[in-house]
Amino acid sequence: MRKAVTGLRAWLVQRVSAIYMLLFIVFLLTHFLLDPPTSYLDWRNWMLSPGVSIAASVFFAALFAHAWVGMRDVIMDYVHPIAIRVMVLALLGLGLTGIAAWVIQILWMGHG
Amino acid sequence: MAMAMKRRPMFLNLAQIQMPVGALTSIAHRVTGILLAIGIPFTIYILDLSLQSQQSYASLIHLLDGWAYKAMAVVFVWVLAHHLLAGTRHLLMDVDVGSLLPTARRSAWVVNVGGVVVALLAAGVFL
Repeated sequence: MRKAVTGLRAWLVQRVSAIYMLLFIVFLLTHFLLDPPTSYLDWRNWMLSPGVSIAASVFFAALFAHAWVGMRDVIMDYVHPIAIRVMVLALLGLGLTGIAAWVIQILWMGHG
Repeated sequence: MAMAMKRRPMFLNLAQIQMPVGALTSIAHRVTGILLAIGIPFTIYILDLSLQSQQSYASLIHLLDGWAYKAMAVVFVWVLAHHLLAGTRHLLMDVDVGSLLPTARRSAWVVNVGGVVVALLAAGVFL
């Protein structure tokens, strides 16, 4: 029962995150086609404007959730010994968490 | 039960299994997903360089001008395009669009060819 519930949740996470990422990528492409940044300041001011950095942060949250569910499925398909499976999953989780911290630093700190 | 499982016949020679077009779409969806996951730190490194400072932005632009990086960008576009198209195909099937076999086979072709077409377009723009 519990397995079925988490399976459904993973399925839903994968789809909701996919739809948001699709929309964000279309938004990004449209911006680059219609009004491509011409200089560093131009690009920085656009990227770090509140609206865009919030939308980008949600994008990265969706990306990490999507990568977690996808890679978890792949790992569970191919890595069978339970100890190694748990270790690989832990490494994946740790890696994604570290990268998430890096993104927060890039988008919200140190670029005053 | 365990014994019965062990005696089940298995034939997993991927080079000899007859693959319907949807199988290729599906396998490539998985492979491109893994590649994209591996690419996450590199993409974020590029984002970091682009925002850090005027100098790092300039060195990034200079770096991306090399043909090797342009070739990698084209490969990245194929990987991303295939994954997005195959994912969109799944999303449409979830709402019962194209879930019957003839349409599913056709959309699998569209995805496989579409990814390559997008990559070729990108090659035309980058190279």
